[in-house]
Amino acid sequence: MSKINHIEGRAVPVEGNDIDTDRIIPARYLKEITFTNMGKYPFYDERFDSAGKPKGHSFDMPQYQGAHILFVNQNFGCGSSREHAPQSLMRWGIQAIVGESFAEIFAGNCTMLGIPTCTVSKEQAHELQGKVKGNPKTQFVVDLDKKAIFCEGKELMKFDIHESKRNALINGTWDSTSLLLANAGKTAEVAKRLPYVSGF
Amino acid sequence: MAKGTLYNKVWDSHTVDKLPTGQNQLFIGLHLIHEVTSPQAFDMLAEKGLKVAYPQRTFATVDHIVPTKSQARPFQDNEAEQMMGAIEKNVSRFGVTFFNFESGNQGIVHIIGPEMGLTQPGMTIACGDSHTSTHGAFGTLAFGIGTTQVRDVLATQCLAMDALKVRRVNVNGKLKPGVTAKDVTLYIIQKLGVKGGIGYAYEYGGDVFDAMTMEERMTVCNMAIEGGARVGYVNPDQTTFDYLKGRQYAPAADKWEKALAYWKSVASDKDAQYDDVVNFNGADIEPIVTWGITPDQSVGVNDSLPDPAKAHEDERKSYELAYKHMDLKPGAPIKGTKIDVAFIGSCTNGRISDLREAAKVAKGRKVSKTVKAFVVPGSQAVKIQAEKEGLDKVFQDAGFEWRQAGCSMCLAMNPDKLKGSEISASSSNRNFIGRQGSKDGRTMLMSPAMVAAAAIEGKITDVREVLK
Repeated sequence: MSKINHIEGRAVPVEGNDIDTDRIIPARYLKEITFTNMGKYPFYDERFDSAGKPKGHSFDMPQYQGAHILFVNQNFGCGSSREHAPQSLMRWGIQAIVGESFAEIFAGNCTMLGIPTCTVSKEQAHELQGKVKGNPKTQFVVDLDKKAIFCEGKELMKFDIHESKRNALINGTWDSTSLLLANAGKTAEVAKRLPYVSGF
Repeated sequence: MAKGTLYNKVWDSHTVDKLPTGQNQLFIGLHLIHEVTSPQAFDMLAEKGLKVAYPQRTFATVDHIVPTKSQARPFQDNEAEQMMGAIEKNVSRFGVTFFNFESGNQGIVHIIGPEMGLTQPGMTIACGDSHTSTHGAFGTLAFGIGTTQVRDVLATQCLAMDALKVRRVNVNGKLKPGVTAKDVTLYIIQKLGVKGGIGYAYEYGGDVFDAMTMEERMTVCNMAIEGGARVGYVNPDQTTFDYLKGRQYAPAADKWEKALAYWKSVASDKDAQYDDVVNFNGADIEPIVTWGITPDQSVGVNDSLPDPAKAHEDERKSYELAYKHMDLKPGAPIKGTKIDVAFIGSCTNGRISDLREAAKVAKGRKVSKTVKAFVVPGSQAVKIQAEKEGLDKVFQDAGFEWRQAGCSMCLAMNPDKLKGSEISASSSNRNFIGRQGSKDGRTMLMSPAMVAAAAIEGKITDVREVLK
């Protein structure tokens, strides 16, 4: 599995607190039994009216096409545990998300897909969103080794990320199955010790 | 750091190893799956050439996409039929027990687990659904997970997890008559906010939880996640043990004492330490109704809608968006808000006690002509019990539709959806924009009895006045 040390590219802002995963991907798209098409649907109902006409969401603005970094605010990804939400963002092109805070399950799902969820202060999140709106061509680097965001070669700000999530990403162990499988013997021991597993 | 809590004990006893990432490898005692978040997980398993490591510890059912009118196969919705076909194929290929329609045990995953006695104190539980926190009512650590994590549990019976902090949420004193578990959980979310629980497990305790039935505790824990807490739990006690006794998967008579000893041992110690403690007074809680687009945007039924100018600056924009979406006015009383649809059901409030409470309100009354009202039992077993008690008749006589078991209009993945900008009184758990199947649809969350009262009056009503 690949090591993820930094993500480079242009950014796209999505503003607002408490943007839930129903808003990121409406439930009707969860009826598909693969994730293949999810890249078509992020923020679908916020982007298109009933006739399918774009409403001017940042994901449809020409200046943000090809962006890899998403700038958000507080409690992004709250609500449903649907992995379809980060899947849809990833398949649209997002490789890293920077915001004020993230819902627990959403952040865990992102890590499993190799997407870092980096937290900054409210002022910094607004600064990032302002910067990209001012000049959408700005190139950013989200550097997981240095825990900092760079812009035109200069360090713009530090960010926080859960240390275990950072370790998983930079060491290429974010897809955890193989780590967990390697402990199959120890798992069996724990199972044996737990009274309910053997039926008391 | 928390010490001596149920969270600490269960976390420690289920820890397999410290992973090189710094996460804990946690053994998962019970894995529940449903049709929506599992097909990709099984595909990933097959791609890697892996088997289900502990097939006897995973149980499957169908709930999210199932129609609640006719469940005849093939379903009219091709995608739903395909999804149903996928879970049927996967459970048979990988050897997982499946509670399908014919089993008599089908239903919402968080209703059937407890109902069959699968959910027991001191377990770790995972399910690809955020409302897995429901099972915490039994003194379990129950985690909602994503699909890639479902794959991990299938392949290894483990998850790579970061530890949470523990917040004790005390509600002491006595609830007023007419105030329900739903009101308690909505009140806690209103006070602590939808982000208040990020990074925490909530341990609910105090007089009010001690006095609650298991079904009431499930309603509270169900919505822990709506307050940002991935895990919520109540320590197991005699109420828990009495509920479990005699259930299909509960320990048999000769194992009962051993089970009891384990269950009692996992409860938080008297001198347990918490990372945070908050205290509420049960007598302060009124029947609660949400007015906005997040579950913390709520008021007491006799209150007026809040002024965005007085909201915390972080909340102001969200308030403005909420007022625009809901087409409601600050300062207006919430009572009297007209509704179009009334939905009683979901993993929050689709249990027999919920239907009984709603039926008390419906009995001898008529649903308003302007309201489409329906009741969706949370499981086949709930439906059968309700019919035995004649609740189906009570509801139908009043003008409610009586449906088959499923998630239904809680998330509208089946044909039960709001249309256009319809407004619903709903006993479910989320009032998010678009949640009930129409992007312009509007949801007001409340207890099942309050939904029944709103159905009858055609508008938001204090159920206590209807029952006078």
